[in-house]
Amino acid sequence: MIPERIKAFLLPISAVVALELWARAVDLQSDSLAPPSAIAAALAAAFKDGSILTATRDTLISAFAGLSIGSAIGLALGIALGIFHIFDRLMEVTIEAIRPIPSIALLPIALIALGFGYRMEIVIVAFACIWPILILSRAAVGGIEPRLIEVSRALRLSPVDRVRKIIIPAALPRIFLAFRLAAGIALIVAVTVEIAINPIGLGAAIMTAQQALRPDLMLAYLLWIGIVGYLLNTGLVVAQRHLFGRAALVGDAA
Amino acid sequence: MRVPSPVRPQPISCIERPQIKFTDVTLTLGGKTIVESINLGVKPGEFLCIIGASGCGKTTVLRLAAGLYQPSRGAVTFDDKPMLAPRRDIAIVFQDYGKALLPWRTAAGNISLALETMGVAYSQRTPRIDELLHKVGLPGHSGKYPAEMSGGMQQRLQIARCLAQEPKALLMDEPFGALDAMTRQGLQDEVLSLVAASRATVIFVTHDLEEAIYLGDRVIGLLPHPGRIGIELK
Repeated sequence: MIPERIKAFLLPISAVVALELWARAVDLQSDSLAPPSAIAAALAAAFKDGSILTATRDTLISAFAGLSIGSAIGLALGIALGIFHIFDRLMEVTIEAIRPIPSIALLPIALIALGFGYRMEIVIVAFACIWPILILSRAAVGGIEPRLIEVSRALRLSPVDRVRKIIIPAALPRIFLAFRLAAGIALIVAVTVEIAINPIGLGAAIMTAQQALRPDLMLAYLLWIGIVGYLLNTGLVVAQRHLFGRAALVGDAA
Repeated sequence: MRVPSPVRPQPISCIERPQIKFTDVTLTLGGKTIVESINLGVKPGEFLCIIGASGCGKTTVLRLAAGLYQPSRGAVTFDDKPMLAPRRDIAIVFQDYGKALLPWRTAAGNISLALETMGVAYSQRTPRIDELLHKVGLPGHSGKYPAEMSGGMQQRLQIARCLAQEPKALLMDEPFGALDAMTRQGLQDEVLSLVAASRATVIFVTHDLEEAIYLGDRVIGLLPHPGRIGIELK
């Protein structure tokens, strides 16, 4: 019997082995593809010289800073819109007009205003993160069990206590899901900005490898970005279980 | 039929002023009259049961008494003061205990919510929580989350949270409607003892006539469309 956890790895391992066998059989010489063994060797070399760690640090600094700023703005606005319906109606058109703007479309303006480097990337990542957090936290607040609001009214909780003790904890599991979604977006946008224009981080490293006609290194970075994204999501899932504990496991929060 | 527990004191006097008073109360929501011309007085310490078919406005009457709704016409008063908003000395036990408890807080945390709003000092909360849990038959369950408790236990917890408010009046909205017969019977007796000990005025909404007669000093039957007082049994 094959353990359940191993089964999930069977397909990718088989694909890697098949790709390696095929690359060796046809004696692969390509500008865009490389055998898995060459990709692994390039990845190991990038770790050895520390270049991949530096690039990862740069990307993660931008992604986390942008995520933090975007989440704070999105959460504050989302909760306010969820609580105050008048505010929601007032802001509706403005938000719906700004929200569809692709964050990458801000690149030219951000570049002129802020130049190359972390600041420009952080602003664009933050812009991209605001919307999922805002929309989902607004929906999370709007979807709070009405009975809990009645309980808070019956207990005469102050508006601050109502937000602190009822609304935020009740909406938190869904807000955290929004945060997980935004974390993925933050990484994607950070790498995209680096590929498009910013000469730092993993995105820029992929472009450098491409221009050096090093498909093995390019694919090694690509693989590493996937691993970083997977680790980020796994870390957040673990944090979610830890933060919400049994209450999250037994409720509908998970 | 069971005989009511002898520990329950009867209302002190028939000429006593009503603690909760409805004067010609009508409520219209979205153009529809939900309850009409309700005149009702509940004396301090009285246990009033309201019965009626589903949708006849029983819960609406209870919410008006709680200050969760404001009448479209007429007035609801508590101790001769108009009920313009909910009061901390009026506690309400909801039927859907699963929705009324905070799922992210333990049993102790749920009771603590009421104590926090009452301004009880942190150091005094734990002994008070233990006392209340003991009172409602949940000793040793303070660390459990609502979802880890049975329906009966969750309703006991909600009652404990209400008792933490040290209410002058306890409003109960079909509190045992979703429970099995055995649990319901046990809880009915416990509620009688708890209410007797707290001397709170009670309005108890139910659709079960036997339950109403067993628990109540007085039973009022509501007629539907719109809700109005039909019969009164003492």
